[in-house]
Amino acid sequence: MATEPITGAEIIVKALIDQGVEVIFGYPGGAVLPLYDALFKQNKVRHILVRHEQAAVHAAEGYARSTGKVGVVLVTSGPGATNAVTGLTDALMDSIPIVCLTGQVPTHLIGNDAFQEADTTGITRPCTKHNYLVKSVEDLSRKVHEAFYVARSGRPGPVLLDLPKDVQQAKYEYVNHAGQRHRTYNPVQKPDRAQVEKVVELMAGAKRPIFYVGGGAVNSGPLACKMLTDFIRLTGFPCTQTLMGLGAFPASDPLSLGMVGMHGMYEANHAMHDCDVMINIGARFDDRVTGRLNAFSPGSKKIHVDIDPSSINKSVRVDLPVVGDVGHVVEEMMRIWKARQVKTDQKALAAWWDQINKWRARDCLKYKASDTIIKPQFALERLYAAVKDKDFYITTEVGQHQMWAAQFLKFDKPNRWMTSGGLGTMGYGLPAAYGVQVAHPESLVIDVAGEASIMMNIQEMATLVQYRLPVKIFIMNNKWMGMVRQWQELLHGGRYSESYSDALPDFVKLAEAFGANGLRASKVSELDDVIKEMIAIKGPVMVDVAVDEKENCFPMIPSGAPHNEMLLGPEDQAAKPVSEEGMVLV
Amino acid sequence: MSDLKRRNLGIVSGVPAAIGGAGQIGESTSVKDITIERHTMSVLVDNESGVLARVIGLFSGRGYNIESLTVAEVDAAQHLSRITVVTTGTPMIIEQIKNQLQRLVPVHSVTDLTVEGPSLEREMALVKVASTGDKRVEALRIADIFRARVVDATIESFVFEMTGSTEKLNAFIGLMQPLGLSDVSRTGIVAMKRGSGTE
Repeated sequence: MATEPITGAEIIVKALIDQGVEVIFGYPGGAVLPLYDALFKQNKVRHILVRHEQAAVHAAEGYARSTGKVGVVLVTSGPGATNAVTGLTDALMDSIPIVCLTGQVPTHLIGNDAFQEADTTGITRPCTKHNYLVKSVEDLSRKVHEAFYVARSGRPGPVLLDLPKDVQQAKYEYVNHAGQRHRTYNPVQKPDRAQVEKVVELMAGAKRPIFYVGGGAVNSGPLACKMLTDFIRLTGFPCTQTLMGLGAFPASDPLSLGMVGMHGMYEANHAMHDCDVMINIGARFDDRVTGRLNAFSPGSKKIHVDIDPSSINKSVRVDLPVVGDVGHVVEEMMRIWKARQVKTDQKALAAWWDQINKWRARDCLKYKASDTIIKPQFALERLYAAVKDKDFYITTEVGQHQMWAAQFLKFDKPNRWMTSGGLGTMGYGLPAAYGVQVAHPESLVIDVAGEASIMMNIQEMATLVQYRLPVKIFIMNNKWMGMVRQWQELLHGGRYSESYSDALPDFVKLAEAFGANGLRASKVSELDDVIKEMIAIKGPVMVDVAVDEKENCFPMIPSGAPHNEMLLGPEDQAAKPVSEEGMVLV
Repeated sequence: MSDLKRRNLGIVSGVPAAIGGAGQIGESTSVKDITIERHTMSVLVDNESGVLARVIGLFSGRGYNIESLTVAEVDAAQHLSRITVVTTGTPMIIEQIKNQLQRLVPVHSVTDLTVEGPSLEREMALVKVASTGDKRVEALRIADIFRARVVDATIESFVFEMTGSTEKLNAFIGLMQPLGLSDVSRTGIVAMKRGSGTE
């Protein structure tokens, strides 16, 4: 395998090619010039020049989430690396496989407070799955390949390689280490069979079961989601999804109860609260899902399938843990279920569905329609109607619009919905959207945005224009940091401290200034035409939709409340003031 | 220590509640166990730069306690170091700590010696006592009872070296307090499983 000595930078590029990398998102600087030079001399790996390093990571996340591949980032030392920290943390929280290459000052200058020096491995240790400072060119090819292996294995996550400039320039032989067994890190894939037998036994006797499906199913791949869907259909049990799990089970299936959690569906939250057997498939009992812990699904036996043992019994004590990859576990469940010819309690299940249908009949997404002002929910309903028969991908920023998008846009396939779930990063949606678009050039990619979030990475408009990436940015402009305003209304006596965005730009002119297209919808009557035009335009489009400034996102589990005490709308909110205890929670 | 050695609930193989109606539904869920336990864990890691920072950062970042921590290379050929860490927490936290340590990439193995015991725990201290006259004589006599060794002496001071359990060291240091104790340096606990089995 060994070849003629080549430079460290060339070794890295060769390793990227051997790992099947087609595109990297990056921004050059002094400490990565040798790498950029090596990239210049080849044409297998495409480079997308971002306008801020945070965006490079989010773009790589969008790419990774929509393809299932590892997203690759290349930034310089010091500020390049520190700017990437938010993106890395975002990827860690949402378990997205990323390899981030950072330049570093030459090894002899490390620790000298050199120009553009930062302790990158120190800073990123808590926000990466693993990181490496490669001090010798001899270790380089092994560590680059190892970084890809660690990023994608087990519970995926971001891995950072810090690359001193002299290591990039030193010469050594390249060895392809792809596929080598790791000395310590070998996460369990296949479940313990006896444990799965117990799972099937518990499920078979369930009277009020529910599947609770999370991002782990999406990460396990489209095939795993297909098997899971088949299995859920075989059982006839209801299925709710987390924000990260949307699309893992088809939203249009009658068994789907939609999203669970703080702004989840009334029927999903009530079913979670009242169930007797909960089957958690790749979700992590996040606080946005559980609400008050000691009131979370008090009467149920809990099954938890997760590839990461540290997710099990972290916040909620479970009865049947299964460590393994969702695909493998579901395959085993299906096999045992069929072999045992399981007969479920049809009578109990019918009664359970009756109850669920009563909750469904509350129609929790109902809102007060208007013909004078565009309701944000209405805007999304119209957007969905326009895209649902197309090959579409959605990203979002963070806030009210994100929750409405999760409620009103339906996903029948995994990898179609990219949102910052764990970290809640404003500014995620635009770079993530073009990351998706780079991977799927012919598809319709829409960033559902708020006017506050979009400003956080607005410079990325230039990236869209440079690469002619036809991303559609659908801004639901209510002039407020909507979710902040909603919480101030709910918890802080309507004292709207700093949540109004004065001096917003004219988004149409702004889009035009970047060389993109700008559209505006201010009246209900304009909405459909604007959406139609947005989709018809071949290039990048920014749409400014003036929505109701005062609308709040419902249903909602107020902080500190259990699942069966949801607020369904403004009237409910007035009737049920939030407890003091709930106010201290986030 | 023995009263603290409560068997923890295993997570991969251990099923806390019986299946099929024997256990009362929901009895084990969402109830915070508030018993605080003290556990000694032995962590075998690759001896590479930053590995200790990774372990310590995990503890501080997630708000776990460190009562004692020792680290040194134990296998030069394989580049392996052993970290012995004494920590406290509820059974759920202890289980978390073990799983969180286990998933760090350079970690080879994590052994909860408190659970997998019986095990040995030892600590070493250097204790400087500066005094003259009766106090000096008494310090030397007590050191003899505790089988501490004198490793440095001047006309007005001794440095004792002592090895033993944490309790024994505490007792010795307590007795030296009125006899001119001036400096203490302790290694923290190192531990190992008893018998022929390895970790």
